[in-house]
Amino acid sequence: MPKVLDNVQIGPLNWKMKVEIPRLVAKAKAGQFVIIRVNEHGERVPMSIAGLDKKNGVLTIIYQVVGKTSALMTTVPAGGQLSDCVGPLGVPSHIENWGTACLVGGGIGIAPIYPIAQAYKEAGNKLITIIGARSKDILFYEDEHRAIADELYVCTDDGTYGHHGFVSDVLKKLLDNGVKIGMIMAIGPLPMMRVVSNLTKKYNVPTWVSLNPLMVDGTGMCGGCRVSVGGETKFACVDGPDFDGHKVDFDLLNKRLLAYKEQEKIAMNRFLKEPGCKLAESVKKFTYPG
Amino acid sequence: MIEKIDKKERMKIPRQVMPQQDPKERIHNFKEVPFGLSEEQALVEAARCLECKNQPCVAGCPVEVDIPGFIDLILQKDYAAAARKIKETNSLPAVCGRVCPQEEQCEMKCVLGKGKKGKPVAIGYLERFVADYERDNNLVELPKIAPSTGRKVAVVGSGPAGLTVAGDLVKLGHDVTIFEALHKPGGVLVYGIPEFRLPKAVVQAECDFLARMGVKFENSTIVGKMDTIDELFENGYDAIFIGTGAGLPNFMGIPGENLIGIYSANEYLTRSNLMRAFEFPDYDTPIIHGKNVAVLGGGNTAMDSVRTALRLGADNAYIVYRRSEVEMPARIEEIHHAKEEGVQFHMLTNPVKFIGDDDGKVKAMECIKMQLGEPDASGRRRPVPIKGSNFTMEVDLVVVAIGNSSNPLIQKTTPGLEVNKWGNIVVDEKTMQTSRKAVYAGGDIVTGGATVILAAGAGKIAARAMHKYLMEEVKK
Repeated sequence: MPKVLDNVQIGPLNWKMKVEIPRLVAKAKAGQFVIIRVNEHGERVPMSIAGLDKKNGVLTIIYQVVGKTSALMTTVPAGGQLSDCVGPLGVPSHIENWGTACLVGGGIGIAPIYPIAQAYKEAGNKLITIIGARSKDILFYEDEHRAIADELYVCTDDGTYGHHGFVSDVLKKLLDNGVKIGMIMAIGPLPMMRVVSNLTKKYNVPTWVSLNPLMVDGTGMCGGCRVSVGGETKFACVDGPDFDGHKVDFDLLNKRLLAYKEQEKIAMNRFLKEPGCKLAESVKKFTYPG
Repeated sequence: MIEKIDKKERMKIPRQVMPQQDPKERIHNFKEVPFGLSEEQALVEAARCLECKNQPCVAGCPVEVDIPGFIDLILQKDYAAAARKIKETNSLPAVCGRVCPQEEQCEMKCVLGKGKKGKPVAIGYLERFVADYERDNNLVELPKIAPSTGRKVAVVGSGPAGLTVAGDLVKLGHDVTIFEALHKPGGVLVYGIPEFRLPKAVVQAECDFLARMGVKFENSTIVGKMDTIDELFENGYDAIFIGTGAGLPNFMGIPGENLIGIYSANEYLTRSNLMRAFEFPDYDTPIIHGKNVAVLGGGNTAMDSVRTALRLGADNAYIVYRRSEVEMPARIEEIHHAKEEGVQFHMLTNPVKFIGDDDGKVKAMECIKMQLGEPDASGRRRPVPIKGSNFTMEVDLVVVAIGNSSNPLIQKTTPGLEVNKWGNIVVDEKTMQTSRKAVYAGGDIVTGGATVILAAGAGKIAARAMHKYLMEEVKK
């Protein structure tokens, strides 16, 4: 079973987990994902790859507590184990030298754009990176991105740090100023990917988005992750997760992500009430204030 | 030992009826439906066998189990020996005794079944009885394992084909590793066939048995994503068997198919069987509980899905099938069980459109009535839509069970592996060898969706050819 080397809180709701899984890491490429299962009763959940330490065979996952499984993940101690971690899944991100490439990461999406940024950089691109979060204390990976980006823009929705506003505002300004960008990759909450895609469509700049629909097996067997791209049904697990942002039906994806809203509530409430629930008080408070 | 009675007397013994859970009760649980024969019943049933010299039943079995031989051992009350007799040619008797379509195979050929009132020997029941007896009484003995040959074999996929290959080759002294993409071995036996038809403990016991014989299992390992076929060779494997199944669900391709509440049968059954969503929230994986559930298709997978829907609390569970009942590919027993449980059959009906609500959830399905026309390529009469016969069914859950295509992962990552126009791997049927040296394949990845026993049969053939190849052409 894959060993968890480290699992630390990096903000009110975000956690960073390091998993030792050399054979997977040796094969994984930027833009791919893994599916993990925390314990024997656990569900299979897809997780973006936030870092690959090829030398030591260590995978980094950054996750946000949004429901029972992510809450449960926070309780795995360093030195503990996951039941399963399978991958690398999906098609690696397309890497090419476009001259200037722009990476846009919103919220938890700041994590998966990091290995892609590294790959873009290695391919010789000039790198413009825009990262943003709701508030200063939710931001992470600023230093990591700063180390490889040629230009880094940081924003917060509430203005507590960096540019006051959305990542799309910064991107719009760059495009309005005539900055030539060959390719944009945007990863983050669905509304953010939608806004960025709508924006760049007007400027005719090709834009990739990485989709994260619900999945079960991750090998194309179940079809639960179907998304509509350019009017065609695709399986995000084997055809994606990267798709042309200008063609994605975000409405459909948004609805499908809410398919189990009721069950998610039941599972989370039950988890919080479990005697000896090891969930950190700080997370409990944040998840269910009052 | 029971005295052999006169053939005429034997013919008077009625076929034993397997006791089963009452339909009214069983639709509220996931426990196995038939309980299995008692020892007394098994002895009576075994006594019906006429021991025909030409053994038509054996000819009807895809893996040529010595049926009269194992039945004779039942009469001698040596049930464990009977189980071992079956295992000489079929590694999975407890599974096959439950899910084989005996009525189309061994039992169809049984002389006792001839004539209007004839009822064949219940070979499947007996197979299950001896396999369960052996397992439940801890009589499972490890077969003799040949001394190590020093040859390494990789088996890709742990469904019935892969398990069979692994079992046969490990017995012959080869070093066998099974690579499974999911977190539990068993393939379709675990993710596809529901608990009420094939308890997962039975499958686990078969896998444990292989492990005891020395087979290594590497779960959560996707060949093609982790190591490719060629990399497995580089890592020292001398021969590889591909038994990855038919793992890409077909959809109808009609409007509204991506609404919430429309599942492929693979997803619906995987959630319930592998992930145990029927025990949510004790298990974390959720599943949609429909009140009015339509399952599209007429095969065993459709029956498994519709019966699962009933157990998850559906008020109305429908089978919607575009041909008539005669053309349904499902086993008669499964159709019978579904009917007993109250499944409603809408034959000669085909959906044309799904209708959703504001949240994107399916709420209705527009269908058209069909009639049967001229026979098509499959030999079955082609269903033709009747113009203007459209009507709407209220549904809140739809399961699409119209078959699978082959998953292209291995084919895409293995240069020189020949596939046909459907993406199935092409093999020499006598050896199951593919277009690549030392690479063999069998089961649904070769045939398209078929049965457990055909996959196991393919595994038998492959194992034999692989053994020959390993001993004659691989120098150690």
